[in-house]
Amino acid sequence: MKYAMVIDTLKCVGCSDCVVACQTENKVPVGYCRDWVTESVNGSYPQLNLELKSERCNQCDNAPCVRCCPTGASHKAEGGIILVTADECIGCGACIASCPYDARFQHPDGYVDKCTFCAHRLKEGQLPACVSVCPTKCMYFGDIEDPTSKVSHLLKSRKYKVLAPEAGTKPNVYYLI
Amino acid sequence: MQEELFISGRNIPKIDPSLEVWHFPISLYLFLGGMAAGIIFFASLFTILGKENKVQTAIKPAMIIVLFALSIGLIALFYDLTHKLYVWRLYTTIRVESPMSWGAWVLLFVTVASFLWVFSYFSELFPKWSIKTGWLKSFERYLINHRKQLAIILLPLSIILGIYTGILLSAFNARPLWNNAILGPLFLVSGLSTGAACIILFSRDHIERKLFSKIDLALIIIELALIAHMLMGMYAGSAVQLEALDILIRGEYTVMFFVFVIILGLIFPALLESIELLGFKVPVVIPALLILIGGLLFRMVMIEAGQLTRYLY
Ligand code: SF4
Ligand code: SF4
Repeated sequence: MKYAMVIDTLKCVGCSDCVVACQTENKVPVGYCRDWVTESVNGSYPQLNLELKSERCNQCDNAPCVRCCPTGASHKAEGGIILVTADECIGCGACIASCPYDARFQHPDGYVDKCTFCAHRLKEGQLPACVSVCPTKCMYFGDIEDPTSKVSHLLKSRKYKVLAPEAGTKPNVYYLI
Repeated sequence: MQEELFISGRNIPKIDPSLEVWHFPISLYLFLGGMAAGIIFFASLFTILGKENKVQTAIKPAMIIVLFALSIGLIALFYDLTHKLYVWRLYTTIRVESPMSWGAWVLLFVTVASFLWVFSYFSELFPKWSIKTGWLKSFERYLINHRKQLAIILLPLSIILGIYTGILLSAFNARPLWNNAILGPLFLVSGLSTGAACIILFSRDHIERKLFSKIDLALIIIELALIAHMLMGMYAGSAVQLEALDILIRGEYTVMFFVFVIILGLIFPALLESIELLGFKVPVVIPALLILIGGLLFRMVMIEAGQLTRYLY
C-alpha cells in the first residue's frame, strides 16, 4: 500500500481552507504551516495561464530527508508516509536543508515538523483534514498501488505533473493539469 | 516563456524567503573540524614515517590546538541544534546513508584518539607536572610505546574527518550550490592547508616552518584548481546550478568569495610564501593568518550562499 494525494489544479480556487484546516487539526503553532497555496502565472501575454495549487510534503519515495537524518528520527512509516519522531530529533536541520520542496520547519519546541498526511486520522479511517474540508473537492487521497482506487483512476485518465521531478525524490503528490 | 510566481498562505520562519537553518556556528564547526583534520594528518603522517623530530610543533603544541579546535567545534555544533536535550540520540544509531551520522561517529573517535595522543606527550610537554600516579604512569608509558599504532589509526580517520565536512554539504541535492562531487576533496585540501598554516603559525623552528610553507603552497595550488573545477562544473550544469553559480560570480557573495577567499585567502598568501621560500624575509604570521581567515570565510560563503539556492519558488 502506498498513499498518494492527487490535486486537481483546474478546480482549486485558492481559498486556503486546506491550510486553515491543517493548522487547526494538527495544532500547528501560530505563524507556521504544514501546507500552503501557491499561485503562479505562466506564459507570456496574451497567452497567460493562472495556476493555483495546494502544496505540502510530497511523502517522497526516494526521500532525502530520511536519508540524511543522523538519528533515524525521520523515517518512512506505513503506507510510505514520512514521519518525524519528535523525541529522537536533535534539530540539526539536515532534513530541512535536504528537502527540495522546503516542506519542513523547525517547531518552536525544537524538533522538526511537517505534513503527515494526517496519519492519526487515517488510522481511524478518516481522510486528511485538508482533503476533507476542500469546498471544491479538488483533492483526492488514496492507495496508488490499488488499481481500482480513485487516485489511480485519475492518474490513468488525466494529464498530471509532479513538482521538481528533476530533484529525483519521486514525489507522491500529483497535480492534475 | 515567462513565469511569475506569487505565494499565498506560505509562511515558514527560517525557510521563507530564504533558508537559514544553519548559521555561523556550523561554518565555524566545519572550519575547525577541517583544520584539526589537517594537523592530525601531518602529525600522524610524519610519525608513521619516523620523522617526528623534524616536526616537533605539529606533533606536540599543534595537537593541543586540535583538542581545543575539536571541543570548540563540538560546542558550536551543539549550540546550533534546536532540540539539544536529545543530542545523545546521535550515538544510539549508526546510519551509513547519513553523512552527519558517520561524521558524528568519526568525530568521536578522532577526539578520543587525539586526547590519548596528547596524553602520551604529557610529560614532555609539561615536565613540571610529570605524572606520578602509578597506573596513570604505566598508561602513559603504554601510550608512548604505541604512538605509531595511534598514528596509524589517526591517519585514515583524519582524512575521513577532512573529507566529511565537504561530503556533508554535497549530499544535499536540494541545494544546487552544494550538490557537486568536488566539495569533499575541496574541503579536505582546504582543511589540510589551514592545518599546515596553523602549524606554521606556532612553529619556532625555521626548518619546520619552511617544510610546511612548501606543503601549504602545493595545497593552495591544488585548492585553486579544485575551485576552478567546481565553478566550471556548475557552469556546465543545469539551470539551478547556473543560478547557484551566479551567487558566487555576480551576486551577493561575489566580493566575499573572490576578494576575501580567493585573492586574500589563497593567492596572496601563496605569493608571500613563494617570496619567502625564495629567500626574502616575510613575517610568517601574515600568510598563515590570511590562510586561516580565508578558510573560515570560505566555509561561511559556502554555507550561507548554499542556503539561498533551491529548486522551487
Ligand atoms: S517533500 Fe521533503 S520532507 Fe517530504 S518526503 Fe520529500 S524530501 Fe522529505
Ligand atoms: S532535524 Fe531531526 S529529523 Fe531532521 S535530520 Fe536532524 S535529527 Fe533528523
